[in-house]
Amino acid sequence: MEAYINMVLLTLLAIVTLTIVRQRNLFSVVVLFGVYSFLMASVMIVLDAVDVALTEAAVGAGISTVVLIGTLHITGSEEMRPSRLALLPIVTAAATGAILIWGTYDLPEFGKADVPINTHVAPFYLEQSIPLMGVPNVVTTILANFRSFDTLGETTVIFTAGLGIMLLLRHKSRKEASKILKKDVVFRVIIKLIIPFIMLFAFYVHFHGDYSPGGGFQAGVMLAGAVILYSIIFGAHEAQRVVPQSVAAFMIPLGVLIYAATGAISFIYGQNYMDYTALASYPKDAHHLGIILIELGVLITVASTMLSIFYAFVERRH
Amino acid sequence: MDILERIALHYNYVIMIFLMISGLYIVIAKGNMVKKLVGLSLFQTSVYLLYISPAKIIGGTAPILDEKYKIYSNPLPHVLMLTAIVVGVATIALGLALVARIHEAYGTIEEDAILENDTKNPDQDNVSGEDQ
Repeated sequence: MEAYINMVLLTLLAIVTLTIVRQRNLFSVVVLFGVYSFLMASVMIVLDAVDVALTEAAVGAGISTVVLIGTLHITGSEEMRPSRLALLPIVTAAATGAILIWGTYDLPEFGKADVPINTHVAPFYLEQSIPLMGVPNVVTTILANFRSFDTLGETTVIFTAGLGIMLLLRHKSRKEASKILKKDVVFRVIIKLIIPFIMLFAFYVHFHGDYSPGGGFQAGVMLAGAVILYSIIFGAHEAQRVVPQSVAAFMIPLGVLIYAATGAISFIYGQNYMDYTALASYPKDAHHLGIILIELGVLITVASTMLSIFYAFVERRH
Repeated sequence: MDILERIALHYNYVIMIFLMISGLYIVIAKGNMVKKLVGLSLFQTSVYLLYISPAKIIGGTAPILDEKYKIYSNPLPHVLMLTAIVVGVATIALGLALVARIHEAYGTIEEDAILENDTKNPDQDNVSGEDQ
């Protein structure tokens, strides 16, 4: 059954992709890309990757769409008809596809447990997550503990990208924000009612991330999403009275520093970097505390970066 | 029959490759830079599928431990892709910021028009310079 649902969703994904390729109106492309992200999130749920699905739905369909539409507002939304014939790209893409499909013949079949990817390190993580840390969500334990070096690197990449965007798009503020939606009573009331619940859900996803799908990455995107939603309805100027741009910019490095400092505490106790056992007297508590601190750093950096990206694009509009 | 069976067992890979080459095609063939970045995103999301598909175990459940379940899908690719998605949107946004600046400097985001502009005025500095 799982395999069939998976196949149907994947077919839909392929159809949407084909439409994205053919569509010339960029606004439609962006909306279709949102549909694509939701479909991808559904596929991820069927494939048991619930944490990934949550992230893809919040990031792919939420933040990406907002940033893409923000760009289209600056650049215009019609794609020019290409002057040259598209024969060479088609041949290149088809040839690449043929070679890759030929390559998949040696890959293991779908859904098997006894294939190399599922037999080496994964069983160790699944068995040791509760005895070592007492955290049932294995994705969280790998992210924030077993492989916390990776996550530190990724948080730094997000920080760097946010920095780059702010440097590229700084200083062009314009006072009058778009007030088209502000007059719409239905939007205004509904959004005001919904935003507290979005934030509550974001905090639930963050603090309950040890026991259910979620964590700092997803919650950070959701928190930023709540402020972005407010900004869309009431104007960026109003939103910046709630969360000023300078505060968001200050929080980006703060999160990375919390993360890196949590790892560095072990140095004082003469242990390796990111060895959480220094944080508390009992190892299980120490690991749990380490995970909480690191997820907090991730939450702060992700939320403030997403918000800063949004502010940067809104401020840049002509 | 043999081929059909093979395709059914490798369906995820087939679709993944289709998404990937669609992204590749957009990046090569389309001149519009926003469209190119959407193509890049397509390429990227196909990689998520490449990683997550083999991690699935039929009859298994999501890797959140509970006494009621014995079989769990592989959590490691989930972690790798989860962070990749957030990093992905940050880098795509960086690309879009560059596109916005290119539009301010050239007045267009079509590759052909920009190249034409550069060949016509090779010495002219195109940056409008409102930041300086």
